[in-house]
Amino acid sequence: MRESTAAIVGIGESRVGRVTDRSALQLQTDAAQAALADAGLKMADIDGLLTTPVRVEHWNMPCGVVAHHLGVRAKYLSTVDIAGASGCGMIHQAAMAIATGQCTTVLCVAGQNLLSHSTRATAVKSMAEGGSAHPQFEVPYGPLVPSLYALVAQRHMHEYGTTREQMAEVAVTLRHHASLNPNAHKREPITINDVLNSKKIASPLHILDCAIVSDGAAAAIVTSTERARDLKMKPVHLLGQGYGCRHSHIGDTELTTTGAVDAGAAAFKSAGLTPADMDFAQIYDCFTITVIVELEDLGFCKKGEGGAFVAGGRIGIGGELPVTTHGGLLSAGHPGLGGGFFHVIEAVRQLRGEAGERQVQDAKLALVHGNGGVISIHCTLILGGVAA
Amino acid sequence: MTAQAFARVASERPLPVPDAATGPYWQAAREERLVIPRCDDCGHYHFYPRTLCPQCSSPALKWTQVSGHGAVYSFTVIYRAPSPAFSTAVPYVIAAVKLAEGPHLMTNIVGIAPDAVRIAMPVQVVFQKFSGEITLPMFEPVEKQ
Repeated sequence: MRESTAAIVGIGESRVGRVTDRSALQLQTDAAQAALADAGLKMADIDGLLTTPVRVEHWNMPCGVVAHHLGVRAKYLSTVDIAGASGCGMIHQAAMAIATGQCTTVLCVAGQNLLSHSTRATAVKSMAEGGSAHPQFEVPYGPLVPSLYALVAQRHMHEYGTTREQMAEVAVTLRHHASLNPNAHKREPITINDVLNSKKIASPLHILDCAIVSDGAAAAIVTSTERARDLKMKPVHLLGQGYGCRHSHIGDTELTTTGAVDAGAAAFKSAGLTPADMDFAQIYDCFTITVIVELEDLGFCKKGEGGAFVAGGRIGIGGELPVTTHGGLLSAGHPGLGGGFFHVIEAVRQLRGEAGERQVQDAKLALVHGNGGVISIHCTLILGGVAA
Repeated sequence: MTAQAFARVASERPLPVPDAATGPYWQAAREERLVIPRCDDCGHYHFYPRTLCPQCSSPALKWTQVSGHGAVYSFTVIYRAPSPAFSTAVPYVIAAVKLAEGPHLMTNIVGIAPDAVRIAMPVQVVFQKFSGEITLPMFEPVEKQ
């Protein structure tokens, strides 16, 4: 295992769900203050800031807007935009900024009031127009983000015999995890039949195969391993990372193998670890099929075996590989680009042993994976509760 | 549904705005020809259009007419319209088609009931005019249903 140079020393979440009384900046402030309190730090201790773009407001330079709003005098600031992989990307880019000596303590924060800001119609419209479809060669044919992932699901079912029931089990398992997460948006248990009989969106995906839309923000504070020793919380170390991108649009590419192959391999290599070493995995879950494809591409099972891998309770807490233990984008919350950042926050909570009812026993090593676009751009982190 | 009926119910659909890089594609579509870039140096076809060949990085790309034949690589039946323009068109089919020449593209499958579309089904291009400037290539089954 490689030596850690950076550690996450504070985490925080705003209220998640339908939060009608907070703007995007207020939600981010709530998350940032929670992370500072967790770390035992003050805003004045922060000298680096990373954030992601938001959809509900026009911020011409999101990192500048957020830094100013919070009163951070940043020696380093940047807006990370690798779509849904931005949450993972922020942690690694914070570590790089610290490693070059540019700053010592970075606040990473993302989120917005995506649900309460938009009506159903504007949310669908913005997904259709601002989403991942090519403006000239895809949008005219009428896709939505779910229809793009539906192409992946249909092809995976065709090539490997993956079933709708297997995909549904992802939704059911993650909803169970969310039921154990007091800050999750959707907590009522669901069954396989609920998923199979939910409203059809784009075959083979039904609405319970799709991520929800939420209000909420998350924050994490990254500092050097050395400085982390003096802080109050047990540090969670960044042990490895990788990136991958094999396409930008889904219509012109292979559908069942993704850049997660490259991101995962690079992350494991840099950490000197393997999938078998992971105690749990925080897998990006914008759709049920996403989890199945990513588990294959990251090496937790062979290509084509993802459907069987997620079945039979194996990705539940107490299973062979607990996956996305906070409930993920399918159930815990999805406020846009900040959605994947909650996967990181949960990994830290688990590795500290603070996950309460949903604690994974002896959780020492975790993989966190972010995916953006339509299984387009990937960032994988390996996190550990102990430094090498 | 026929391409004509699909065009009628979706007359407000968002149409592409051709630019310097894509003008020849849309010009050819107006003439009911399907063209995609082919590399003069290595012979590789690609789509969507880029400035350099994705196989050998050569800029020597030439818009080349292709057969218009291919097969359904994947598809989805859309039940939830992305915008009011498509609200009376549902259910309709979006597909990734693998062209005989290799590249994939996104399209609608027309001329067949949505629930009869299958992966690997042979399809051929048809052209549907939406405006003076824009004709969209769509695909229909080679064997009439």
